[in-house]
Amino acid sequence: MKKLTIITSALLIGTALGGPALAQTELSMWYHGAGNEVEGKLIGQIVSDFNASQSDWTVVVESFPQESYNDSVTAAALAGNLPDILDMDGPNMPNWAWAGYVQPLPIDEAKVASFLPGTKGIWDGQLYSIGLWDAAVALYARKSTLDELGLRVPTLDAPWTGEEFMAALDAAKASGKYEYAFDLGMNDMGEWYPYAFSPFLQSFGGDIVDRSTYKTAEGALNGDAALAFGAWWQKLFAEGYAPGTSESPADQTNGFIDGSFAFQWNGNWRAVATMAEVDDVMFLPAPDFGNGNKIGGGSWQFGVSATSDNPEGAAAFIEFAIQDTYLAAFSDAIGLVPSTPSAAQLTENYKEGGPLAVFFGLSNEQALLRPVTPGYVVQAKVFTKALADIANGADVADTLDAAVDEIDADIQKNDGYGH
Amino acid sequence: MATKLTRSNGAGWAFALPGVFLIAMFIIVPFLFGFWFSLTNQRLVSPNPTQFVGIENYQNLLGLAVITIEPERDDKGQVVRDDKGEIAYPRVRTITRSDAYPQYSGMREWFRWQWGDNANVVIASDVVFMKALANTFIFVLFIVPLQGGGALLLALLINQKLRGINAFRTIYFMPVVISIVVISLLWRFIYDGSDGLLNNILNVLSFGLFQPVDWLGRTDTALGAIIVMSAWQAVGFHMVIWLSGLQTIPPTLYEVAAIEGASGWQTFRYVTWPGLRNTAILVLIVITMQAFALFSQIDVMTKGGPLDATQTLVFQAVERGYGKQDISGGSAISVILFFMVLAISLTQRFLTRERKYG
Repeated sequence: MKKLTIITSALLIGTALGGPALAQTELSMWYHGAGNEVEGKLIGQIVSDFNASQSDWTVVVESFPQESYNDSVTAAALAGNLPDILDMDGPNMPNWAWAGYVQPLPIDEAKVASFLPGTKGIWDGQLYSIGLWDAAVALYARKSTLDELGLRVPTLDAPWTGEEFMAALDAAKASGKYEYAFDLGMNDMGEWYPYAFSPFLQSFGGDIVDRSTYKTAEGALNGDAALAFGAWWQKLFAEGYAPGTSESPADQTNGFIDGSFAFQWNGNWRAVATMAEVDDVMFLPAPDFGNGNKIGGGSWQFGVSATSDNPEGAAAFIEFAIQDTYLAAFSDAIGLVPSTPSAAQLTENYKEGGPLAVFFGLSNEQALLRPVTPGYVVQAKVFTKALADIANGADVADTLDAAVDEIDADIQKNDGYGH
Repeated sequence: MATKLTRSNGAGWAFALPGVFLIAMFIIVPFLFGFWFSLTNQRLVSPNPTQFVGIENYQNLLGLAVITIEPERDDKGQVVRDDKGEIAYPRVRTITRSDAYPQYSGMREWFRWQWGDNANVVIASDVVFMKALANTFIFVLFIVPLQGGGALLLALLINQKLRGINAFRTIYFMPVVISIVVISLLWRFIYDGSDGLLNNILNVLSFGLFQPVDWLGRTDTALGAIIVMSAWQAVGFHMVIWLSGLQTIPPTLYEVAAIEGASGWQTFRYVTWPGLRNTAILVLIVITMQAFALFSQIDVMTKGGPLDATQTLVFQAVERGYGKQDISGGSAISVILFFMVLAISLTQRFLTRERKYG
């Protein structure tokens, strides 16, 4: 450690003496997309453009695989080695802000005024993080399937009701043409569960936690609405509409494309790849189970670590990165929803009349953030396990009760998580 | 012994030093930390100060109670039965979530049995931990004979002077050097519920009669599937240990046995097995200790599911400590595991101790 300090001071002195030629300060940045070539290229492009555009800062990116990214950040925070700029999954932000990993983002609120609500990470009334994109989930279907089964095309204004949706699944099941009527991607037992499935619960009228206080889940996760949701959820698997938790990842990826599934609940990051394989694919809005049709919002966002020595430099980079051209570039390459209406017009899929344009409206109006609380990290795990257990046949009421107990005990253990 | 250690033995201590240092740094110190954390409310990520909470974490894990539930009765006092003739009971949640029984709040049914008309329900404050505990014991109970016995069988097979025997040794040893994560991923494909290798093989062997089984997706097969796969993976390692034991048995004993006209079984029973005594103790203890640490296979293949059928203690410790940021809860599980393994190893050591004859 001592040696390091000496080297650092030597470098600092060297930099100071070196004059204007060496005046650039290095900013470290961590990104979660290691192994994803397309994302890596885009981030690399933004960074090199930024470094070339001014002479004060040089950003150096380090990428991590998504599965171990959060662990790496936690470990770095405990060891006091956080980078200047880091990206974070939207719902984790309050936890990190509460723990003091990240600081409020020192950029002008007016610059992000036109951004989709799901792309802004706000905790305790302050903006902590901002996203270049939002993600959306849709019901993937084929036009030909709807025609064959005689189903009406649901729209944002008139989505399928819960009964219509189940009738559609019944029709698909009765046709005998599909291995499963519906696929939910149950194999992915991570953040996918709360992200993709908690909007169903909300559409039934329940929630993961009581958002009026964030002090308990009692009544939200085990009330009548939640019990109705649980019964519906269990039926999907018990009656063979959808493959369960042991589905193989390969089947999940190819099942809709090769026609084993009539419908699939999937993210729009798979939209570009699916459109290339399935000509008449349609992206339908979520069904309405009584309390509106909802999808999850909030994806990966950039923020500045609390320990950064150069927050203004980090903010300068983030401001640079949220230009429409970059938002559009990410959207075109991966199919994500661009954060601003003006960027949307620059993209292939989200401009007016584009194949995914409907999602921009959905993300704007109906995307619901996952509970904005530091306790979300634990609540997400508890919710995931409860849904997996119910899908595997556990008693609905007992499972939801247990989940409520666990969430409440955790909130208590953390003195209410600062709410 | 004591005198030997304390006598001038500088070189010996110098040789031991790096090992002692590493063990202290990475095993003893973390264990002491873990023990301390388990008595506090330490979180992985939190601005709140850590507080000493005594044995609360242990109480939350180990809390158990038995409640007797009387059947529901109609107006005439007759026991209510459902369509199948089973006695209907009020739900456990009417007790555990009632203000009348604060001592049972937060507890959940683990299992029940019927006694007369009443049902006796064992409720636990942490059912997942209890299931993990039971599963870990089941795993150990099956893996020890399976892995130890299988390894001995393989060792006997390859302890022959045949041409190309090294190829077999290599093949049997191969799974040991491959990463357990890779092996778990491969076995996930093998166990796939619709078109996995295992289902396909059974289908062909039974001329199409066999219906595919979702091995990892059913509560009654998931743990068994993991036991078989784990035994297969580590059997090569213990085979090598058995083999080294076999090769220390003097060939003259076998020659004598052959001259005396001993059968194959007799040779094994009276020459080989007694010669393997110390190896057997080592294998037994090593397998037991490793089996208690079951984690990677669970993490990659089932995440503890379906319905907690494959929960294990180490998986739960990691899930709580890192997943749910509850370092204190994870530490408490680790400490319980430590004392369990210690007790079992000491018992094994005692039962297999060298007995003086005569």
